[in-house]
Amino acid sequence: MLEIKNLHVSIEEKKIIKGLDLSINKGEVHALMGPNGSGKSTLSYVLSGKDKYEINDGTIDYNGKNLLELDVDERANEGLFLAFQYPMEIPGVQTSFFLKTAINSKRKYLGQSEMDALEFAKLMKSKAEELNISTEMLKRDLNVNYSGGEKKKQEILQMSMLSPKMAILDETDSGLDIDALRIVSEGVNKLRNNDNSFLVITHYQRLLNYIKPDFVHIIADGKIVKSGDYSLALELEEKGYEEISQTA
Amino acid sequence: MAATEQTIKQVNTLGSSDYKYGFSTEVDEIRPPKGLNEEIIKFISAQKDEPEWMLEWRLNAFKVFNKLPKPQWAKLNIPEIDYQDCYYYSIPKSLKDKPKSLDEIDPEILKTYEKLGIPLKEQKMLSGIAVDAVFDSVSVATTYKKQLSDLGIVFCSISEAVKTHPELVKKYLGSVIPVSDHSFAALNSAVFTDGSFIYIPEGVRCPVELSTYFRINAMNTGQFERTLIIADKDSYVSYLEGCTAPMRDENQLHAANVELVALDNAEIKYSTVQNWYPGDKEGKGGIYNFVTKRGACRGKNSKISWTQVETGSAITWKYPSCILQGDNSKGEFYSVAITNNMQQADTGTKMIHIGKNTSSKIISKGISAGKANNTYRGLVNILSKAKNARNFTQCDSLLIGNQCGAHTVPYIESSNSDSMVEHEATTSKINEDQLFYCQQRGLNSEDAVGLIVNGFCKEVLQHLPMEFAVEAQKLVAISLEGSVG
Repeated sequence: MLEIKNLHVSIEEKKIIKGLDLSINKGEVHALMGPNGSGKSTLSYVLSGKDKYEINDGTIDYNGKNLLELDVDERANEGLFLAFQYPMEIPGVQTSFFLKTAINSKRKYLGQSEMDALEFAKLMKSKAEELNISTEMLKRDLNVNYSGGEKKKQEILQMSMLSPKMAILDETDSGLDIDALRIVSEGVNKLRNNDNSFLVITHYQRLLNYIKPDFVHIIADGKIVKSGDYSLALELEEKGYEEISQTA
Repeated sequence: MAATEQTIKQVNTLGSSDYKYGFSTEVDEIRPPKGLNEEIIKFISAQKDEPEWMLEWRLNAFKVFNKLPKPQWAKLNIPEIDYQDCYYYSIPKSLKDKPKSLDEIDPEILKTYEKLGIPLKEQKMLSGIAVDAVFDSVSVATTYKKQLSDLGIVFCSISEAVKTHPELVKKYLGSVIPVSDHSFAALNSAVFTDGSFIYIPEGVRCPVELSTYFRINAMNTGQFERTLIIADKDSYVSYLEGCTAPMRDENQLHAANVELVALDNAEIKYSTVQNWYPGDKEGKGGIYNFVTKRGACRGKNSKISWTQVETGSAITWKYPSCILQGDNSKGEFYSVAITNNMQQADTGTKMIHIGKNTSSKIISKGISAGKANNTYRGLVNILSKAKNARNFTQCDSLLIGNQCGAHTVPYIESSNSDSMVEHEATTSKINEDQLFYCQQRGLNSEDAVGLIVNGFCKEVLQHLPMEFAVEAQKLVAISLEGSVG
């Protein structure tokens, strides 16, 4: 699915990622944990194609394609999804309209016809119910005056409607209360199958109680310093980043 | 590549071929020589078979025009206009004798309308639009006339109204925009060619949206529309005006006058989508659009509402205004103005509060891309007798790229202390994080810009009648194609 080799990234001359390797296969859930400033969010932006980041070295293969050569929207339409840490507000654009536009952009890219209005409404309704999102919320402008929790649920709704092959969750747990965390996690778990993959970026082990990862990686200073299974997250919770990074 | 660099690069690649409506129809035309003089005015009047009083009115306006200087207040760079180098009248030959049905209309003209998506065909009429199409200078076809006339509604070309309803034309023509108002108004009064005339009788609510499309077609022919709408007591009318013009190299002068009169408890809603040819990316060609639109709320509790979407023209100079004479009368102005490449727009409104408890609302959204300049200029004037007058103004500007300009010039004059005037203004650049967010959801950059800008304009677009709203949303996106990388 995703094969990152020897990735070096800088922003305005400042090196952020310094030789990162990561391989994610179909059907796997990987957790990436690390302290502030370790390069977690930078990795999510580089994967999704945000500009202003300079790739100094390394390769990223995505399903046999050179990911770095694809535009942002091409990556998205090839099934790469980023659940944003800070979802953007778009005033004047109804949430449901945005969802429809996103779905039809992907269908157009894949050479499919637009989804008809009834089919779309059904899909949206069923997915929204799973996430405990009210239809009233879907009529509001995208993310405008949403609470932190509502914004995150909205991201997961978009994800489940677009059913990506490779989803990156960038600190989706931040700003969520325990109920919202459970609902969001259940939404993610429902999407898991043998054909898609997840990269879950988080500070805390808490989220991983709900979304059980197959692998846990610890990132520090732009590199993965330790990888393991779920028990690594528990160990991290106990010892903290500093100790783990030093023993790595 | 940084987004701003991409923006500039993309804007540069936007060429004149991107103008989707740039084609012209080959039609034989009758045309007197270039130049502006009494002879030409007499020729126009004679061609239209006008009564003597109309010719006198035109000739008087021409005298006034000769004395008036060109208005200078706008923040526009207007090249010197050689009035003697323009044609003032042209008429497709096949229309010399007015057609009785669509079958009699030059197929070339019908084809042009088809490309523009103008609903002239029968099935399209069923969608609820009565069309009075102006092709160059003469009304091509008027539909729905029967249904409207049963209600006592008069909807015809102004040339026809001069002959059939002289008392109304004499009473109201020039009563809202005096001939001497400024030189463009005087010019129009002297040489106006055609336009719409609407009279809604007392107590009648016009059941359909009335619509007109204007097109400039003949090379170097300035078009001088004149529209007059009168809503008698307790009546209501909604009027739509849309324009697209074919591609031309030479600048075309366009100076329209539109007058609205609302009597007691009457309401007029006037909506415009303006998409004249804007010129190429170097600023060559394009329409000079000098428009005077003014409505008088003469009666108590009357209301006039202007909604405009201005995306075309090389130069737009336009201030649809309301004179709030009647007590409790209301004026509204909702505007989206988009300028790209070398386009210039100086647009806004005037709200003149005269009666008691009058209120006005102004919502203006300016979007500027490329090297374009976009100015909002608005006057809120509250006279001493306008007790308890209210105004709310909101002006938002959105910049795309870093070579364009947005300017907001509000004038507020208040002569009484009971009034309340509010003004809010914002200026922002299109947010690159918003663009990235949309693109991460699979939208290409153009669709992302279109979506965000349409969201920005929503407050205005939602005031357009349904038939226009969808078209306008597309137009907003088309106008900004290529403005962001």
